[in-house]
Amino acid sequence: MKRFRLDALILPLIGFALVIAAWYVSSATWAKELPSPSKTWEASRDYVLKPFEKRGEMDQGILRFTWYSLQLVAKGYFLALVIGTPIGFLLGLSATFTRIFDPIIQILRPVSPLAWLPLGLVLFMGAGKSASELGALFTIAICSMWPTVLNTAVGVRAVPQDYLNVARVLKLSRTKTLFKVLIPATLPYMFTGFRLSLGIAWLVIVAAEMLTGRPGVGGFLWQEYNALVYEHIILCILTIGFVGFGLDRLMSVIEGRFKTG
Amino acid sequence: MSHQLEISALSKTFPTPHGPLVVVRDFNLHLEKGEFVCLIGHSGCGKSTVLSMVAGLSEPDDNAGGIILAGRELSGPGPDRGVVFQSPSLLPWLTAFDNVLLGVDQVFYTASAGERRQIAEYYLTVVGLGDALHKRPTELSQGMRQRVGIARAFALSPRMLLLDEPFGMLDSLTRMELQQVLVDLWTRNHLTALMVTHDVDEALFLADRIVMMTNGPEATVGDILKVPFPRPRDRKALLEDPEFYRLRAELIEFLEVRAYTLKGQQPPAPKPPVPPNSPAASSYTPPRQDRAVLPTQVETLA
Ligand SMILES: Nc1ncnc2c1ncn2[C@@H]1O[C@H](COP(=O)(O)OP(=O)(O)O)[C@@H](O)[C@H]1O
Ligand SMILES: [Mg+2]
Repeated sequence: MKRFRLDALILPLIGFALVIAAWYVSSATWAKELPSPSKTWEASRDYVLKPFEKRGEMDQGILRFTWYSLQLVAKGYFLALVIGTPIGFLLGLSATFTRIFDPIIQILRPVSPLAWLPLGLVLFMGAGKSASELGALFTIAICSMWPTVLNTAVGVRAVPQDYLNVARVLKLSRTKTLFKVLIPATLPYMFTGFRLSLGIAWLVIVAAEMLTGRPGVGGFLWQEYNALVYEHIILCILTIGFVGFGLDRLMSVIEGRFKTG
Repeated sequence: MSHQLEISALSKTFPTPHGPLVVVRDFNLHLEKGEFVCLIGHSGCGKSTVLSMVAGLSEPDDNAGGIILAGRELSGPGPDRGVVFQSPSLLPWLTAFDNVLLGVDQVFYTASAGERRQIAEYYLTVVGLGDALHKRPTELSQGMRQRVGIARAFALSPRMLLLDEPFGMLDSLTRMELQQVLVDLWTRNHLTALMVTHDVDEALFLADRIVMMTNGPEATVGDILKVPFPRPRDRKALLEDPEFYRLRAELIEFLEVRAYTLKGQQPPAPKPPVPPNSPAASSYTPPRQDRAVLPTQVETLA
């Protein structure tokens, strides 16, 4: 038991140590432009230790950037759920609807955010100042909604016939069947979709900010690449990773609650 | 007097990969008001198919007879028939109480919320779940879940009760308990009931008449047995009554021989006779059909 606890702590640390060592060796040998771990820390220190400071539009504490990014993600993600869940229900309920839209969904699903974003910018060109935000939201929503759509559809199709028979015997109205039977029975699947969607939404944010130049972790990363401050690229990568991990854990906890229910 | 339930010339055909399969053909049965009828037959012969048509969950073949309940031709399912499924099929996200209330709200929508809650609570208490009203199905034993299923069916105050092997998944002790719960409730409400079972003793304990179905395909009513025992029935007294064993032998003879021969099929080789009082004989399970049972049972209740 004790040994197990120790392993759980030590083994991941070994992993971290190995990767940092590889990073160090690389920066010292074949990748001369790659900042070493210590240089990275030196250059990032201000951003990490004063995480909420605002020195300029593109020079802010890392958590402040993260906060901007999260806000944008939240909006795009919310859009994805609001649009994706009903589509998932329609797909799950109607074979005709599935036959009409499934092929197009399968074709649109693998399209990369880098491809969607320019289209988003074109779509909202008339919106003036908020064009870049709307374009980014469009991209996040359209890229991240597929897991929600597909998992919801699978969940609806998996609702046990027994439950539907109960609804039929009781002559529940359509709305009552939806809210009292279908939605509760589908919730566990929906939340799996929601979790996967959030992961994608967070993945897309970087691409969106890079191309639109909006302040945020992704925008900062791209700016610092252009400004040759390579240390900050690594800072941003680590930040994106930690935040993404945290979001996934959070969603797992929520998902787990609905699994048992 | 007209009958409470009239099933006439009922047929049901399922499409299968090997062409249409006529599961039930020309099935006729009339139930008097307040009568308790059990339907027995080999597994896969079409008992659930008949029951689910009466429940309105599946449609009989076009222009092949019909089902009339209390003078009205049936169309589709409805809460005028309380259905108890083999698996209790409670909604797992609702408590026992809310599962029952869901139906009560639906049927007694003119009553006040308080009255509806009283109805739900009353039936749950009658089936012995007064202390478990607010438990979720996962916190209840299999037998308790089926009690909720029974309470839910009765709480609708339906015109009739349809039960598809409701105790099939329970151990024999729990089964006997629930049979008693069912009889008690049925005695109070005197609902017309149609119950599928393959337990001969259960049928003899509960039914006024036992309908024996022939084998499928094209299964139909093979014979009907009147159960003369007065009510209330006492299980122990029943087990001491020679008449009980005579009827039981007749049912078993039907299942072992006539279920096949009536369809022109060859009955399986007879097994050595089981002495009537031995434990092995107390719960007769008919042998599975030799014919392969199709894997897809999308529309059946069980
Ligand atoms: N939806 C269906 N499609 C095709 N065949 C079915 C379907 N439902 C039931 N059957 C077939 O009808 C027969 C009777 O089934 P069922 O009524 O469930 O039998 P029982 O309840 O008497 O055991 C079986 O052979 C079964 O395979
Ligand atoms: Mg059955």
